[in-house]
Amino acid sequence: MSFWKRFRTNIGAIVGVVLLIGVIAIALLAPVIFEHGPWQMVQRPFLAPFAVDGLPLGTDTLGRDVASQLAHGARVSLLVGLVSTLVALLIGVPLGALAGFYGGYVDEGAMRFTEFFQTIPNFALAIVLVAIFEPSLASITLAIAIVSWPPVARLVRAEVMSVRKREFVDAATLAGLSKHRILIRQVLPNTVSPIIVMASLMVATAILLESSLSFLGLGDPNAMSWGYMIGAARTVIRSSWWLSFFPGVAIIITVLALNLIGEGLNDALNPHLSRKGRA
Amino acid sequence: MKHLKATTFLIAAALATPLAAQQDGGRLDIVVQPEPPGLMLGLVQNGPAQLVAGDIYEGLLRYDTDLNPMPGLAESWEVSDDGLTYTFKLHEGVKWHDGEDFTADDVVFSAGTFLPETHARLRASLAYVDSITAPDPLTAVFKLKEPFGPFISVFEAATMPMIPQHIYEGTDFANNEMNATPIGTGPFKFDEWVKGSYIHLVKNEDYYVDGLPHLDEVYYRVIPDAASRAVAFETGEVDVLPGGSVENWDIPRLTEMDGVCSTGKGWEFFAPHAWMWLNNREGPMADVRFRQAIMYAMDREFMRDVVWNGFGKVPTGPVSSVTNFYTDDVTIYDHDPDKARTLLDDMGYDGEPVRILPLPYGETWQRWAEAVRQNLSEVGINVEIDSADVAGWNEKTSQWDYDMAFTYLYQYGDPALGVSRNYTADRIEKGSPWNNVEGYNNPELDKKWFAAATMTSPEERQAAYDEIQKEIVDDVPVAWMLELEYPTIYRCNVQDLVTTGIGVNDGPRNAWIEE
Repeated sequence: MSFWKRFRTNIGAIVGVVLLIGVIAIALLAPVIFEHGPWQMVQRPFLAPFAVDGLPLGTDTLGRDVASQLAHGARVSLLVGLVSTLVALLIGVPLGALAGFYGGYVDEGAMRFTEFFQTIPNFALAIVLVAIFEPSLASITLAIAIVSWPPVARLVRAEVMSVRKREFVDAATLAGLSKHRILIRQVLPNTVSPIIVMASLMVATAILLESSLSFLGLGDPNAMSWGYMIGAARTVIRSSWWLSFFPGVAIIITVLALNLIGEGLNDALNPHLSRKGRA
Repeated sequence: MKHLKATTFLIAAALATPLAAQQDGGRLDIVVQPEPPGLMLGLVQNGPAQLVAGDIYEGLLRYDTDLNPMPGLAESWEVSDDGLTYTFKLHEGVKWHDGEDFTADDVVFSAGTFLPETHARLRASLAYVDSITAPDPLTAVFKLKEPFGPFISVFEAATMPMIPQHIYEGTDFANNEMNATPIGTGPFKFDEWVKGSYIHLVKNEDYYVDGLPHLDEVYYRVIPDAASRAVAFETGEVDVLPGGSVENWDIPRLTEMDGVCSTGKGWEFFAPHAWMWLNNREGPMADVRFRQAIMYAMDREFMRDVVWNGFGKVPTGPVSSVTNFYTDDVTIYDHDPDKARTLLDDMGYDGEPVRILPLPYGETWQRWAEAVRQNLSEVGINVEIDSADVAGWNEKTSQWDYDMAFTYLYQYGDPALGVSRNYTADRIEKGSPWNNVEGYNNPELDKKWFAAATMTSPEERQAAYDEIQKEIVDDVPVAWMLELEYPTIYRCNVQDLVTTGIGVNDGPRNAWIEE
């Protein structure tokens, strides 16, 4: 309860939540709101916003409804963001926890493995992975997960290392609990809050990564996404600004919302860190 | 009579005036996209190589925009009545860029030794040749085994480029170090190639046509991004955008600028014809009703207007309307979704998904595939878009790992040179994306294709190709999409740039800049 109290005093975080709920609602309701699919050619191409009734955001290079594309694009962006973050957590959390808890060779091995991934630039690795596996939603999600897990592993390792030295862990050991039971039941639950904060920011990064990949033409050609819209509109940016402007705004709003929420969570979950006097 | 003379005089005067005004000097900057893999035209014949090397190398003949032969290295030529002997009288005083004389021996070497080894497309035509001889240094004679109607069309610069015998004889052609500094007979000499930046050609002072070329130098500029190419033209950094070098929706903006001209001419010899390979071997595409349904389902006019910004022409069949022996007396596939649905019902199409592989040549082709998917899904065909880079596209089409795949190919003026190769069963061969990739096998029609190629009278050939086109269009071996039109955009002070059927490829020869 005190968490929620702290969280809701943070106006930025509340704005973030509202924005995100809005985006999620639009994504879920896209097929209901728009009778035309995102690929359906409904009018003349290159219609400016509000030029024709029923097409508030105009049409794209093939005469498709930009508003419908935007709404359907939200589904892909959010889906890729969430799923890839979950997969990254599934890789990063166990690895970091084992490394931090057992130390020694396990730690050495796990951290060298993590560094191997950390030394390769994120985006370059993602491009290579998607190019090898051929662009599809699954391969993009996996590629983003693979480049995103190392920081998670590092964070969890550091948290576990500090927690396992606490007295309650010694107490648990004395009580005769087995090691992995201590790790799962006693140590990990105490590392959850920084992981949650990090995850909310990772979703934002994943959405940006997916957009960048689509922008470069490495998106799933059968899934409408914001990055694809901007990439396709890039060549006509001088004559049809709205084609890249609206998906750009959508990306900014979503990423901003996730960042605000992340920060709000951070302040609320780590009361010691919260700075007084913040709006 | 007097009246006629006066008219003649006026026409002559009208023709003479611009001739007299031609100015020498100046430099032309032309975009080349993408950067060619090499400039030795006997070894590399892709589009960009032809564009640049078309100024360095020459063929025996050139072709006007109606595909009639014009003098090139040969100043005159004669075809015997039986269609078996082609005699070429060569220009006097032609020198290679290194100062050696060009003679009929070079012709014999090029067509008899070098090109049969390196030039797959020409090899098919040279199969009809019995002997090539040089009775004297200025005469070359081709004797054929049997008449081959389109033979007069194979002497273009990139089809049969003249190769210097004194450089290549007895060497390993592909690895000769002179390939990096090509030596030809053309109006411009190779000077310098800065990879990733530009190729510089300079005027051939010893060119055998008096007064040509007018320009001092030509720069072919490599600019990898389409939007940057458009900007380079706007800022005046380049003077000529050859067809296909900017995205279609940029074309109206550029051509509306002051002092900018454009022309759709200069592609007649190539007549780029776009279609989708339909893999006739498997799945629903094996059923002719499915293939016809695809044709009826697509609104090709709309795609032309929207995807290609109105450039090009919806084809009626395999032969382009600017290629010789074209006919429009065939079944016309209008946009008719109901008919498509009926055909699909007839065959009992069960919704099996099919894949479309777009050509990885930029935004336009991607949008085109999306439009096709939309049209097909409207009649109930489940379509997924596949993706591949250029290497992947080559691999998938040449190994037949596709359902429907976009492509376009050149026609080289004659159905026997650039059309039949995609439809006769003897050209079903794994490993090439340019042959009968769809696997269409119709022995009856094959006989007609072969017969039409070896007829001598143009009237007979026309009748034969009329029949072929009528039959093949009903079978829809591939889905013909568009006769591509690639406007050349240039500054209006560049004169006489596009005067032949290969356009800018040999354009700088006659071009001049008006001050």
